[in-house]
Amino acid sequence: MSSEVDNSRRRFLTAGTVVVGAVGTVMVAVPFLKSWSPSARAKTAGAPVEANIGKLAPGQQIIVKWRGKPVWVVRRDAKALATLSKVVDELRDVDSNESLQPDYAKNEHRSRKPEFLIIEGICTHLGCSPTYRPEITTDFQGGFFCPCHGSKFDFAGRVYSGVPAPTNLTVPPHYFVSDDVLLIGEDGVA
Amino acid sequence: MSENQTGKGLLGWIDARFPLTKMYEEHLSKYYAPKNFNFWYFFGSLALLVLVIQIVTGIFLTMHYKPDGDMAFASVEYIMRDVDWGWLIRYLHSTGASAFFIVVYLHMFRALIYGSYQKPRELIWLFGMFIFLALMAEAFMGYLLPWGQMSYWGAQVIISLFGAIPWVGDELTLWIRGDFVISDATLNRFFALHVVAVPLVLLMLVVMHILALHEVGSNNPDGVEIKKNKDENGIPLDGIPFHPYYTVKDIVGTVVFLIFFSVVVFFMPEMGGYFLEHANFVPANQFKTPEHIAPVWYFTPFYAILRAIPDKLTGVIAMFAAIAVLFFMPWIDRGKVKSVRYRSGAFKLLLVVLVVSFIGLGYLGALPATETRTMFARLFSIGYFGFFVGLWWISKNETTKTVPERVQ
Repeated sequence: MSSEVDNSRRRFLTAGTVVVGAVGTVMVAVPFLKSWSPSARAKTAGAPVEANIGKLAPGQQIIVKWRGKPVWVVRRDAKALATLSKVVDELRDVDSNESLQPDYAKNEHRSRKPEFLIIEGICTHLGCSPTYRPEITTDFQGGFFCPCHGSKFDFAGRVYSGVPAPTNLTVPPHYFVSDDVLLIGEDGVA
Repeated sequence: MSENQTGKGLLGWIDARFPLTKMYEEHLSKYYAPKNFNFWYFFGSLALLVLVIQIVTGIFLTMHYKPDGDMAFASVEYIMRDVDWGWLIRYLHSTGASAFFIVVYLHMFRALIYGSYQKPRELIWLFGMFIFLALMAEAFMGYLLPWGQMSYWGAQVIISLFGAIPWVGDELTLWIRGDFVISDATLNRFFALHVVAVPLVLLMLVVMHILALHEVGSNNPDGVEIKKNKDENGIPLDGIPFHPYYTVKDIVGTVVFLIFFSVVVFFMPEMGGYFLEHANFVPANQFKTPEHIAPVWYFTPFYAILRAIPDKLTGVIAMFAAIAVLFFMPWIDRGKVKSVRYRSGAFKLLLVVLVVSFIGLGYLGALPATETRTMFARLFSIGYFGFFVGLWWISKNETTKTVPERVQ
């Protein structure tokens, strides 16, 4: 055995060991990190849900659970619909360019049928559930108010400017199976 | 080895195999601490005491608690009503959480007024800040476990903070929760982190904090390095052995602390809704956000900063910055004089601004936001960050008093 130390060979082997070890560590970390993703069971719980809206009176709101989230179904009356064009100047994103909604809900009333609003009841600020405020007053034209940090939304879930919520409320995919039955979670046929 | 073998009996036998006497001497009987420690120096050992209380009561709580979305709330009520002395163990744990933060905030304030973060104690400060960070994570995850309304919606708000991060935010919150909303999956992983992972990290950090402290030696109210003046045996002239002098002093602190602690545990465990919030006596309901959401008191200063800013991302950044800026204290303060006793009036003024702002923010963060309160929160936020900017500014050429050679 030679008494000479081959330093470049030693450096190469050290670097090689470090690199292989690092790659191995990263690969071992993947299963552990992935285990935090929603499980198969949590994903199947995200299946569409039906809601019966036959008995919903104008002005009323029902809450449907979809993917564990509250989804509001609100039957807006004529007065509520009339406010939508009045509050335009006070809104941050009138045309819903930054918010999440299916294409068929990217309009002033943010729904398939003007009468029915189907919207996720989770504030886009920090995930609180805003409360339904159907009363129209001089201060507030009605809609939704988040008690946590004071964000305000109109009757179409559009956010007012000057409040912490950055975007309009999210509209989930939905369609009307019949006049009385609504399906939340699927786009269906237009 | 040879010197260790000189010992006789059982201790000699152990010392030849494990550095028991050596460690005892290094950290207790021959660890020389400055002789002028005052009231402010109780809080390090008290923090250690509370850590022990939390670990012991926590272990016993896990024996009855069920980390399950359907059973968690009921299992906490079961502990409170049906388990022998369960109420005491839980109240010790819940009061301990608040006591931990009181003690740690005072401990940190001590470091600020006496410059204990300055060279050569930067690493002690950094380890301490990581302990503070781990403690906040521990408290936050522990608060989800009772699965009450405030547990649920508090966690919803805090986890949503990560959603403000551009591009990856939504994916990240989904990954943290393990579901589309806070659910059983979230509760279960928070339980694992709260009882196993974070306590291990905390303990390791506490050991590093103390090792670093014992390497450089304690600072003191005069900010004088006692190691500069040693006698012929190499013992600091102004130092006294930690044991028995400071162990005995700390027993006094411990007794006084436990009196206050017991008063809270036995007579006001909810502390008027500040230690245990009223909304948390209602089971978690994912469809109904409580009218007023506020974090527990020890998070309210940072929460108030978040709320003071009308933009989501900027608010989140400001809130995290309020914690992150503390890490940089050893480099923000460019002064050479440690103790407030010998520093300028400007420094004292800045300290007052910091204290007023921090307490003001903490007070406002617990209340619902109104326009006036938001204005004050903004003012106090400026005061809070102003402390660090001001300190960096004044400390370069600060007019200080002469620091004495020896401890006074």
